[in-house]
Order: sequence, then C-alpha cells, then structure tokens
Amino acid sequence: MSVTAHHLPDIRPQTAPRRRGLASLVRQHPSVIVGGGILVLLTLVAILAPILGTVDPTAVAPARRLKPPSAEFWFGTDALGRDLYSRVVYGARVSLTVGLLTAMIASLIGLAIGLVSGFVRWSDGIIMRVMDGVMSIPPVLLAIALMALTRASIGNVIMAITIAEIPRVARLVRSVVLSLREQPFVDAAIASGTTTPGIILRHVLPNTLPSLTVQATYICASAMVTEAILSFIGAGTPSAIPSWGNIIADGRTIWQIKPALIFVPAVFLSATVLAVNMVGDGLRDALDPRRRSP
Amino acid sequence: MRVASQRFTRITWQRIHSPMLAYVARRIMVTIPVMAIVALAVFSLLYVMPGDPASVIAGEQASPADIARIRESLGLDRSFPIRFGEWAWHILQGDLGTSIFTSLPVTALIGQRIGPTVSLMAVTLALAVSIAVPLGVLAAWRADSLFDRAVMALAVLGFSVPVFVAGYMLAYVVALELQWLPVQGYRPLSAGVGPWLAHLILPAIALGGVYIALIARITRAAMLDVLQQDYIRAARARGLAEGRILFVHALKNASIPITTVIGVGLALLIGGAVVTETVFAIPGLGRLTVDAALRRDYPVIQGLVLLFSFAYVLINLAIDLLYAALDPRIRY
Repeated sequence: MSVTAHHLPDIRPQTAPRRRGLASLVRQHPSVIVGGGILVLLTLVAILAPILGTVDPTAVAPARRLKPPSAEFWFGTDALGRDLYSRVVYGARVSLTVGLLTAMIASLIGLAIGLVSGFVRWSDGIIMRVMDGVMSIPPVLLAIALMALTRASIGNVIMAITIAEIPRVARLVRSVVLSLREQPFVDAAIASGTTTPGIILRHVLPNTLPSLTVQATYICASAMVTEAILSFIGAGTPSAIPSWGNIIADGRTIWQIKPALIFVPAVFLSATVLAVNMVGDGLRDALDPRRRSP
Repeated sequence: MRVASQRFTRITWQRIHSPMLAYVARRIMVTIPVMAIVALAVFSLLYVMPGDPASVIAGEQASPADIARIRESLGLDRSFPIRFGEWAWHILQGDLGTSIFTSLPVTALIGQRIGPTVSLMAVTLALAVSIAVPLGVLAAWRADSLFDRAVMALAVLGFSVPVFVAGYMLAYVVALELQWLPVQGYRPLSAGVGPWLAHLILPAIALGGVYIALIARITRAAMLDVLQQDYIRAARARGLAEGRILFVHALKNASIPITTVIGVGLALLIGGAVVTETVFAIPGLGRLTVDAALRRDYPVIQGLVLLFSFAYVLINLAIDLLYAALDPRIRY
C-alpha cells in the first residue's frame, strides 16, 4: 500500500495536509462528525450520569426484581432488582475510561519504543523480535492470561489490554521513522547540524502523529471490546462495578427469559465501538491519504 | 534401466536444487527461532503484572503453605533463565504442565476439548471465505455503486459488533424466536454431519463477523488494483465472460493480500472463540480458557496461550508457503 511512495522523490510539502481547515474536513468526512457526535453525547452521559435520572446502579432490591420497563425503571430491572437504565448509563464511564486510557498509554509507550527502535540501530533487531513474539499471542488471550495473574481492577484491565496493543504501535512508529530517515529533508537537517533529539521533535514526531492518531482510535475501539469480553467471561472489571461487559455477564443466565438484560448494554457497546471506528476511518482518510482504503 | 536411473537422479537433483524447495526449507528454519521467541514471550507474562502471582492464584483464603506450593509449582522461587529453560525443555517433550485445580496434565485437558474448537474454526473459516470473497469481488467490480456502499457499510458494522452481541442476537432471533436452529450446545461430527453443522452455523456466523468484514475489505481493495491492469482490459477485449474475468483472472492475481489477511485474521478468531464458545455453550478450548481464567488455573491458561500462539505462527507459515504455489511470479 505505501510501497509506491518510496520509489519517487517526494516533493510535496510534508506538513501541508495538517493545515487544512476544520470546515473542509467536516464536509469531506461526515463519518467523523457522526461518530464524533455520538461520542461527545456518550461522554456527556458518562460525566453527567448522577443527574440523568439515575438511581444507585448497585442498589439491590429483591422485591422489584425482573420488572419490565416502566416510567420508574426505563429499561426494567435485573435479577437482583437493580435499575438497568442506571447501570447502563454508569457503564459508559467504564468503557470510555478504559478505551481512552488504553489508547493514550499504548500510543505513548509504543511511540517511545518505536522511536528507540528506529533511531538506535543496534536495538532494532532485539526490540522488533520481542514485539513479534508478543504480537503472535492473540490479544484477547494475552489479556486473559495477564488478568489471571493479578487482582481484578479497572487499572489492571487497562494495563493488560495496553500490553497487548503496544507492539502494533511500536511497529507503526518504527516504519514511519525508517521511511523518514530516507527523506531528503531529514538528510538536510542532519547536514545542517540538527541534533537527534531536534530531528525527533521537529521532523519525526509531527510526521508520526497522523498515523498514530488513527491507530490510537482503533486501539480505543478494540480496548472497549476487549474490556467487555474480559468482564463478560468474569476475568475483567470487578463484578461489583457496572461495566457493560459485567451487565451482559449478569444477564447471561436468564437471557432467554429477559433478553433486554443483554441487548440494552450490547446495543450501547456496539454503538460506541461503531462511533469510534467511524471517527477512525474518517481520520484515516483525512490525515493519512497513503493508507486510504475503501 | 540405466536410462531410467539416470533420469531419476536428474529429477531428484533438480528437485533438491529447486529454488522453491530451498525457499520452503529456509522459511521453515526461520520459524524455529520465531517459535522460541513466542515461547519466551508467553513465559514472561508471569512476570509482567504488579503483585505476587502466587498469592493471587491461591486466592484470599489460602494459607502461606498453599501459596508456597503454588509459587514452587510455577517456578517463581527460582531464577527466570533456569525456570524458562526447564519449562521449554518440558514443552519440547510435549509436557505443558499440570493443572493446579484438577491435577490433570494440561495436554490431556486440551486433548479432551480440542475437537469442538477445531470444528468451529473450520466451519467459520469456510463460511467466512465463501461469503466475504464474492462480496469483496462484486463490490470492487461495481465500485462506488449502491451495492459497494452497502457491503462496505456492513463491513464497518462487522468490525463494530462484538462477538457476543452478534452471538446473542443470532441465538435470540434464529434459534429462540424462529426455532430454525438449536440455541446452544454441541454435537460431535461422529453424531452425524447434520446435527454437527446445525449446532455450529450460528456460532460460526457470530464468530466470523469481524473476519468477514476484514476479508471483504481487503478483497475489494486488492481487486480494485488488479481490475485496472492492462491484462484485464486485454481479457475484456478478447470477449471473455465477465464472471470468468472477475473470478479467474482477476481474483487469482489478487489472491496474495487476501490469503495474507485470512491468516492474520485468525488471531481475531482465536480471541473470539473464547467468547463464542461461552455464548453457545460449546465445550471447546475457549470454554476451557474461561473456566481456567475463573479459577486462575495458570498452568492451563499458559498452555492454551502457547498452543494458540504456536498455531497462529504455524498457520502463517503455511500461508507464506502457499504464496509460492499461488503466484508463479514470486521467485525466491
């Protein structure tokens, strides 16, 4: 996909696409706006959860268990009498936190590893073999194994998923660094005496940002799904915390009688992941034309 | 007689010195250190997370003696290189360790459960390829048409609907409401192809969603490239049937990226199988993984992670080898 770009000297100004107006970006990539809109809405819901007509999402009340939807309980109640609406609204907090933090931490660590690998030549072979080894472990299994070795907590879930995502970022950054090193403007910078930190700050970082941003979006989506999977199988977020995966896990035993217990959180999860993916696809088309696909 | 033997030696000589065979041999040799690195990565997981794994695995009510026993059985009381050497030596002899919970060898547990998972994977693979490739080809053929947009929109949806969501939706609509297929459970192939397949279709569709999306996208992108080539125009000029051009001439030339993504996407399937088997109550390796995770039976988890990672590496090796067969332009 990006092979062709290396054959010809690239005479386009390297930073031109980043300076385009926000308005034209909106017009050309409506999926960013739709996806972004859903995400802003969800973030507001997550932040404002306590004042959105919710009750305590963990309050158990056997007397009102398995109630159908009503004015009091918008989506009904679960097997322990907890309000499904409140639980789903609070669940947005867990998913968004895990998605955003994993994307940020994995990007930063992956960026650091990729930069070292790209600039410190002797370390490249070792680092990339380690990354290949970790990448051969299916990410969900990697996270399950790590969670079996540690206490169940949101922090540990984020850490386990982050470790699984780092190698992909590191590989991406390294490939950008290696292709930039061949560029005439980097040669020129070296010739004019720019130090390595200077080259990294002035030339490499700005050029990795577009693909890194796109990658971070996809990591955010996949982290949300992995968190839900871990919680669903009982190896993720502590079961007392209402995360979407936990709500689905709680509904699992009685889903044939009361499918709403699974489908309401499932729809929220899918819509959130869809929104993040739409933002990612739109950003990819806008920022990273060389990787543009369908 | 003499002529025949001469011919025989010549053919053998050519075979051994064929660049293809040399490539195959080299590629297999390269995989051995890769598997060693994968094993090292899997083993290192023990040391990554904060806290003491032995006391976490032993649980909250465990006595110090229990914790010490588990620490010893995981080898955490010895140094990393010594313990890794021991572990790797056992693996080479086909010993993946012993389950803490059942005291059975991990290989025996895997042996009991591998059938359903292999069945699920095979059905998913067959289903996904036979749905995704034609969709991708047709989408590329009528690029930017309504059909193309619909396929690509479906692909985005396939990426976004998590496996268990798709699984429960399918089970609810197709099995519970329409009663076309069984809701949950598994029948081995020995019970007949019909029941076997009936129990695997819904899980395979749920599990294959992401995979179908991935393959359809790559097929479309690869076909778009190929369809612009001169030899396609030449084939059209010769008056060949459009179907033949698309599915024989063009698809064959687009097969390398498609094969690659089929292999790479298997990692997604492996993770998804854990969830699918839980949703559809299939007693396979995924279910074994979940049970082991709930009991923190780490030797079992470690063995399964290693097995799946090795399977992933070997499948991708097989796909690398397939390239040479698929595309005679590739010379090694």
